[in-house]
Amino acid sequence: MAEQKTVAATGNTVVAEAMRQCKPDVVAAYPITPQTTIVEEYAGFVAKGRVHTEYVTVESEHSAMSACIGASAAGARVMTATASQGLALMWEELHIASGMRLPIVMANANRALSAPINIHCDHGDAMGARDAGWIMYFAESAQEAYDNTIMALKVAEDPSVLLPAMSCLDGFITTHSIDRVDVLDDESVAGFVGEYEPANALLDTDDPVSHGAFAGLGGPFFEFKRAQREAMEAARPVITSVGEAYSQLSGRPFDVIETFGMEDAEVAAVVIGSASGNARHIARQLRAQGVKAGVVKVRVFRPFPYAELAEALRGVKAVAVLDRAESFGAEGGPLFLEVRSALYDASDRIPVVSYIYGLGGSDVRLELMERMFADLSDIAAGSAQPGKLVYLGAR
Amino acid sequence: MAMRDDTMHEIRWHGRGGQGAVTAAKILADAAFGSGWRGVTSAPSFGAERRGAPVTASTRLAAEEIRVLSQVTEPDVVVVLDESLLDVGKATAGIKPGGVIIVNTTRPAAELGLAGDFRVVAADVTGAALEAGVVVAGTPLVNTAILGSVAAATGLVTIESVAAAIEHVFSAKLAEKNVAAARLAFECTSR
Repeated sequence: MAEQKTVAATGNTVVAEAMRQCKPDVVAAYPITPQTTIVEEYAGFVAKGRVHTEYVTVESEHSAMSACIGASAAGARVMTATASQGLALMWEELHIASGMRLPIVMANANRALSAPINIHCDHGDAMGARDAGWIMYFAESAQEAYDNTIMALKVAEDPSVLLPAMSCLDGFITTHSIDRVDVLDDESVAGFVGEYEPANALLDTDDPVSHGAFAGLGGPFFEFKRAQREAMEAARPVITSVGEAYSQLSGRPFDVIETFGMEDAEVAAVVIGSASGNARHIARQLRAQGVKAGVVKVRVFRPFPYAELAEALRGVKAVAVLDRAESFGAEGGPLFLEVRSALYDASDRIPVVSYIYGLGGSDVRLELMERMFADLSDIAAGSAQPGKLVYLGAR
Repeated sequence: MAMRDDTMHEIRWHGRGGQGAVTAAKILADAAFGSGWRGVTSAPSFGAERRGAPVTASTRLAAEEIRVLSQVTEPDVVVVLDESLLDVGKATAGIKPGGVIIVNTTRPAAELGLAGDFRVVAADVTGAALEAGVVVAGTPLVNTAILGSVAAATGLVTIESVAAAIEHVFSAKLAEKNVAAARLAFECTSR
């Protein structure tokens, strides 16, 4: 195990620290609440000579991702960070980055999308980008945000993957809260991520290549897309093996899902991000009272861990899927749709209820988690039918 | 009064934008590590920030790791950096029976008009900051001094761990003044 330093720090501070330790050649970024302190602190590292990165200040997120794409295609290791409207403004570039197979790593400080205007946490921004071809990690804590950012880079740059990756952390809740974090030493991180050796660098004049060329009617566009799907599938074992190697280094276990009480759970909640702790807190209290409650936290959303979810939820009598994002017109939130799809092949038909919670930073009070588990217990006991989608805690 | 035991302790901060309540919560978190708490989280509650607007922050301390990050609604400890917030901020809302509210004021506790099943601790934190020379642009800054009052009134952290945490944040010269302010506030706060 590597040497580590325990610090009291915000999620943004340790994400900036993780980026510095990964030594990117280029960071092009535009500040936006609640991501700002990531790029602010990173700019400080550059100014003080603590990292040798070409730091590109740009006029918008559209330009930020464009500059990242150019730099990555040139052969550089590239990282950036954004949030909310910034991620939305990058939308066309997100697809270009993945289509060009550029292993850019971007932290995203999850924040609601307007309108109405809101600067607080929900997953609407990242979930809106879930089909953009990026690997997506979600952090519950500052510690996970730090760890995920480092692992994401190693996975993205793996020659069998070569996809961009997003390291998501909950705006304000994780980005701005002080938390206890164990930080690796610089040498250990540098050794873990290694040197980046680009496969198809534009600046390699001895081996000239084209990037992003026209592949229209009759061209290989269709096959390129299948290659992206195959790369996303190839990422699964890499995410696991990188996670195992990182566990050895850090002493912190990693899995694409994390379970609590699932060995005998009759009622279970599936959740992403910082609210996982609140769900576990209530599940722990319920278990002390004899209620077999469990929690499944999803740490990697793309590629989605279908098999792991189905296995974890086997034998459960009622499942709540908590979404901090909407998919208007769908049967439930984005995570709900994935989880119910994962359960389609299960031998038992498990009732699954979609709970939308915490949009725009609406506080995830413990009593809401209690209410959700109480609903599940009624469904599991047969005294209530699984209802339609629930807006948990809405006035 | 030593409140320290193995349960989770929840602290809610009331300050005004620019007063440094969030920084105080951050330094307290560091001091809490220094005092041996393993589980420490401190979550600010941000609005559309502007100077002078009421702000709150939530800090939790426990012997084991904490993963609850919602805002504190039933605090064991309430810290009020600005007395005027007693009128507007619902500072006493939800205080647990046997809890404590620490108010920066020159008035005696009995005159604050706070009644309930909790202890009221009045401390002239602004006076401590002025005496130690923690003044920026003519305004005393109370966010470090008040940590001395928190240490005295709750026993959750030691004054030495507060001093060490302040030294982590400031340069040596500024740290000296801020530590002095915290020590003065510590001395003038009832246990």
